Amino acid sequence: MNEIKVNFPRFGSYNVAIEHIIKQGLDCEYIDSPPITKKTLELGTKYSPDFVCTPFKYNLGGYIESIEAGANTLIQIGGVCRLGYYGELHEQILKDLGYQVKFVNMANADFSNPLSFYEEFKKINPNLKLKKITQACLLAIKMVEVIDKVEDYIRQNVGFEVVDGTFDHLHQEFLEDLRDINDKKELKLLYKLYMKKLKRVEVNKPKNPLKVGFVGEYYTIMDQYSNHYLEKELAKKGIVIYRWMNITNSIIKPQVEEVKKSIKNYAKYNMGATSMFTIKKAIDYAKDGCAGIIHVKSFGCTPEIDAMPVLQRISEDYKIPIIYFSFDSQTSDIGINTRIEAFYDMIMMRKEQKKK
Amino acid sequence: MTIGIPRAFLYYRYHVLWETFFEELGIEYIVSPETNKEIMKRGTIHAIDESCLSSKIYTGHVDYLIDKCDYIFIPRISSLGEHKEFVCSKFQAIYDVIKNIYREKDLKILYYSIDVVNKETELKAFLKMGKFLGKNKAQVLKAYYVAKQAEKTHKMIELEKQKQLLKSSKLKILIISHPYNIYDKYVGEPILNTIKELGAEPILGCVTDEKKAREIAHTVSATLPWTFNKELVGSMALYKDQIDGIVLVSSFPCGPDSLVNEMLIRRFKEKPMISLVLDGQEGTAGMETRLESFIDIIRLRKEKEEHERN
Repeated sequence: MNEIKVNFPRFGSYNVAIEHIIKQGLDCEYIDSPPITKKTLELGTKYSPDFVCTPFKYNLGGYIESIEAGANTLIQIGGVCRLGYYGELHEQILKDLGYQVKFVNMANADFSNPLSFYEEFKKINPNLKLKKITQACLLAIKMVEVIDKVEDYIRQNVGFEVVDGTFDHLHQEFLEDLRDINDKKELKLLYKLYMKKLKRVEVNKPKNPLKVGFVGEYYTIMDQYSNHYLEKELAKKGIVIYRWMNITNSIIKPQVEEVKKSIKNYAKYNMGATSMFTIKKAIDYAKDGCAGIIHVKSFGCTPEIDAMPVLQRISEDYKIPIIYFSFDSQTSDIGINTRIEAFYDMIMMRKEQKKK
Repeated sequence: MTIGIPRAFLYYRYHVLWETFFEELGIEYIVSPETNKEIMKRGTIHAIDESCLSSKIYTGHVDYLIDKCDYIFIPRISSLGEHKEFVCSKFQAIYDVIKNIYREKDLKILYYSIDVVNKETELKAFLKMGKFLGKNKAQVLKAYYVAKQAEKTHKMIELEKQKQLLKSSKLKILIISHPYNIYDKYVGEPILNTIKELGAEPILGCVTDEKKAREIAHTVSATLPWTFNKELVGSMALYKDQIDGIVLVSSFPCGPDSLVNEMLIRRFKEKPMISLVLDGQEGTAGMETRLESFIDIIRLRKEKEEHERN
């Protein structure tokens, strides 16, 4: 039998946790998606339907590059928006292109029944042990939480580092070390170590720095390549960045009922996918004194488009500027930078005016 | 009290149910006119730029009804029952979207919410709405059942009519489109007219035994999550042997259709197929040319096949 070489689409910094599940839980080789480049998106766009959302295209491009890098087993997850149908179409397109790979589609599993995921994992490696995979998944969840905590800290401080690139460097080092973690105890130590390192980084933070909150669609907001490193671009201007949306908050510890209650002045019903979280966090950022809000999504993302009229009302009520970014395969850096510059100038001017 | 019903989206699926229900309860209603340039313009102005054409049209119809009635009727649907199945989030969100777009106007909205997965059935939704309308439970129940019967009869008649069309000796072109797109006078009807002018018979995928269609859909695609698309996909499987070609119609940039139609093109190789995307731009020349060459090709192929058989 050929060796099982598994790939999972690149998704923010979380692939380290996925790698752990595949190596330690499934006893398989893990093929990391090559770093996303322009070529990834070009490949994905070429073989994707025209107006599908951009994450579909990134994922498809990534699969093709991973197959070329040796992967023979691909995983796709499911979700409550178009993501729920990604897998079956990805599989079909790759098959039509002549790639002979095993495709494991978690959309076949059922979120209300964890055992059904076990059935899907079994398709990857029939010899898998329930205990092993459970342990690996539990540790992976903890890893995700640690990644999210570390990145939250970086986001809020990277704009003020005295030596350019210090946080980036530490971040990379952290993710690299995370790959060698075997249990909770090691993870805890690593987390402590890196928080210490991060806090030791020299920052030049003013007393009342400008704060900006990010809201928006799941993939594009978390995947820095997809959003053209928008967070970093903005942070570099000396801004504290808040972004609640991550896996810890939205999947591991979501508080759906509370969120629903807290937005009832704006939305009576769940408007689908991440829209409730977008609305909730926009309100929170406005209340917490953020100077502005950035809404990020891929082109045509229906739930986020439907959240936009609500965001417009929040913007009026709290007198907070909101800028809307929609990313597709045509988006250019220049267009984004111009709009970010203008947005930055505006919030700076508002700050100056408030002082007077 | 007058209810204003927007002639868009779910109207085309439920109008017999709604209209009969209101009539039975003695409640007056008006329906916005067929989509026209003005309605389209209003929708484009008020809806978010990136929304799908169909939801812009919906917004235009709501806009038309403002100040012409006491309540605008905006029901929403989250799920229709099957496990792991949902409807496009547009239908989950539409009530709140309209509410927020027109917050200044403080619209009075009549609504119901269906979420069968969470036990909010259609019957419950109508009972609640009836209570809001000031009717007693017995009245509402009766109106609902009469309306359900009328809906059933209407569907049977539509199916029967289509059965007759399927016997036609003309080329039969199956149209896979959400009813709110193909029945829309402004964006959908020109397609039907063109097909008829070309001497072919349009067959509508949305006129189907919905339950049967949903059941068979998984044989085409196992994980398809959207109820309305499932019905269309199943309908295609049910009609495929009785038709000569398939036209996929969707509105730009429809989320579910963007994936599902691609899947159909890849999995349904046995019949000629083209895809038309409605973008609300004026002028139908492009669509006509494409349909003309599509139907020509089918015709030629069919003649050739018949020739070979003889």
